[in-house]
Amino acid sequence: MKEIFSLRDPVWAERFRRFLQSFPSENLVKIVHVCGTHEITIAQHGLRSFLPEKVEVLEGPGCPVCVTSTQDLDCALQVAERGTILCTFGDMTRVPGSRMTLEEARAEGADVRVVLSAADAVETARRNPEKPVVFFAVGFETTAPGTAAVLLDTPPDNFFVLVSHKLIPPALAALLSEDPREISGFLAPGHVSTVIGAGAYRPLAEEFRVPIVVAGFEPLDILFGLSLILRQLREGRAEVENAYPRAVTEEGNLRAQELFREVFRVGPAIWRGIGEIPNSGFYLREEFRDHDAQKEFGVVGRVGEEKPPGCRCAEVLMAKALPTDCPLYEKVCTPLTPVGPCMVGAEGACNIWYRYSGRPRL
Amino acid sequence: MTRLLEEKITALHGAGGQVMEKLIAERILPKFRFRAAGPIGLDHLDDGAVVDLPPGKLVITTDSHVVKPLFFPGGDIGKLAVTGTVNDLVVMGARPVALTLAVVVEEGFPLFDLERILESAAQVLSELDLPLVTGDTKVMGKGELDGIVLNTTGIGVAERPVSDAGLREGDWIVVTGPVGDHGMAILCARNELPVESPVESDVAPLWPALAEAVVTGGITAMKDPTRGGLAAALNEMARKSGVGIEVDEAKIPVRPEVRGLCELLGLSPYELACEGRAVLGVQEEKLEQVLAALRGHPLTVQAQVIGRAKTEHPGKVVLRTAVGGKRFLEMPLGDPVPRIC
Amino acid sequence: MCLAVPVRVVAVEGNVATVDVGGSQAKARLDTLGESVQVGDYLLVHAGFAIQRLDPADAEETLRLFQEILSLEGSP
Repeated sequence: MKEIFSLRDPVWAERFRRFLQSFPSENLVKIVHVCGTHEITIAQHGLRSFLPEKVEVLEGPGCPVCVTSTQDLDCALQVAERGTILCTFGDMTRVPGSRMTLEEARAEGADVRVVLSAADAVETARRNPEKPVVFFAVGFETTAPGTAAVLLDTPPDNFFVLVSHKLIPPALAALLSEDPREISGFLAPGHVSTVIGAGAYRPLAEEFRVPIVVAGFEPLDILFGLSLILRQLREGRAEVENAYPRAVTEEGNLRAQELFREVFRVGPAIWRGIGEIPNSGFYLREEFRDHDAQKEFGVVGRVGEEKPPGCRCAEVLMAKALPTDCPLYEKVCTPLTPVGPCMVGAEGACNIWYRYSGRPRL
Repeated sequence: MTRLLEEKITALHGAGGQVMEKLIAERILPKFRFRAAGPIGLDHLDDGAVVDLPPGKLVITTDSHVVKPLFFPGGDIGKLAVTGTVNDLVVMGARPVALTLAVVVEEGFPLFDLERILESAAQVLSELDLPLVTGDTKVMGKGELDGIVLNTTGIGVAERPVSDAGLREGDWIVVTGPVGDHGMAILCARNELPVESPVESDVAPLWPALAEAVVTGGITAMKDPTRGGLAAALNEMARKSGVGIEVDEAKIPVRPEVRGLCELLGLSPYELACEGRAVLGVQEEKLEQVLAALRGHPLTVQAQVIGRAKTEHPGKVVLRTAVGGKRFLEMPLGDPVPRIC
Repeated sequence: MCLAVPVRVVAVEGNVATVDVGGSQAKARLDTLGESVQVGDYLLVHAGFAIQRLDPADAEETLRLFQEILSLEGSP
């Protein structure tokens, strides 16, 4: 789409730079986004170099792979070790459970496959009717409709889902409930918002008096979103604004919402590094028990979270620390030898900072 | 034909007896048009080759080649093995003189595929008038090897060898064509992604396209951006030369179909391998001449200045992004993996 | 996880569209979309499922919004 590429126009970007730089900043302003793809755009295009010294943009719990709990991974490992074909997304295979990663399980003989879509997992089930095929479903509201769609589309009997989908607004509420609160504004994830709608954030903006701006993923989309947040701060407003109207409406994609409401119910979920957040997890409804991997295989995750000594991922996920604040970062913790969750997933803050050198002084 | 298709490599083919001799004499040797670069060559089936060397410094390179799949859009492992070694010579500033080829093949490997692979290796050599002077064949047991491994050693001569460590402040950085084609073609050819793409590998020997530029002089450093792509090549040049490199993203040539798939899969085109491109450091006063020499050949007609060596940030590569930001272009971590989540 | 790219629909068969991205083609499921899709439409696709139909005219709206805030450029 040709128009999209003009959203990298350096002339417009320069105008945004001047706008952002004109922000009078005496105190540190912390803007948090919760999306790995936002972080990648910011890092890949060097957008931090557009910001005034006192404005910091941090990635909160925006990498669904990173926040998938040890418990859920242990369930996936147990399922993989029972003669199933376990399908999941890319770097989920590298996230450690309490004993090992799915990649390590594969090296020991488990059949673990990477898919790009829930539909691919169903295809795998159709091609292997003699084996149970389990889709380990991670991701936020963007991904959950796909999982719901395949379950409603009469999948084969040997297809099961291990659900670990999570919801974004309750996580924002958890970040905002911290006391004292350091977050000045949120850049809300564009494609989650495409599904849930900009309106989903209005109660949060009101309750917590915080600017929330929905932003897209092109460099100018992000510079625009950041500009709107700074303008709100300057004017003392705390509202939801939609900086991505070409893909996000007030009410969202109603069809997609209908799909996940029909298939999932909402309950508490454990986020790695953060702990339990109420109403932040999707669970399969009773009608779909025939495809529920947890029921079929009777798997239960080990309870309790172990935090690697020295690791500050919990603070990075809560937007209280930058990756570079952690003593392990770059020294012992690298994408090839990850210690904490933020280094494991390709969308984790530490991983992205390592690959794109987070905020270099250039 | 059916019989030929069904024929498989057996342990006997590697045992050094009559079966082996017959295979080499009838099926392998005739494929190669030039078989000697001196008094003793491939036809003599001696313990080695004797090569008459033209004047200049001797440059030697060796590489073992594995690729999955063996056949991909734009080439196969045979073409890749010869091209890779030729290109390693070329980016050392050397004119290729002779090649060797060792084949290690798994028992049960289809003879038909082996012949196709050797034919395409032979074709590259004959297009370059380059002789294959000696070789070797080994058969490994079933399961001891995944299909086939080719090893090629190349001999070349250079009047002025070029290293990858000679960049000086002020040198211009030139890339000879669009980057990332090979890496993307291979990724698509593995059929693990639900995408179809017209992207073909750029695998092609850089000789003679670079011949004139090499003679022109003024090239202070040169590399072929294979594994790790442009990002790895630039980082190595910067680190070894002790200078910084600043690259302008808007000037890096990338085909739209490669860029589109990179967006879709969350990959960086600068980390994808090329097999028919070179990255050059060129002195200011020779830049126009070198560019003119490159653009006079179809393979390097899209040669483009993408950046410059600087004193700031020695050992690092700074990318001036298309939108006007700046960041380091880091050394890639490993093979690119599609990101969907 | 938000990785979703605008793609152009080149064929529709049941609830699956073939989409083009810079000359390469991929498949996208349409059952996550509440509206019908025609050849030539632009879609936002995430993990193999279309999550939104895009209107190219909206790009102009985006530029208008940019203009609006940037007219404040430099103002206190």
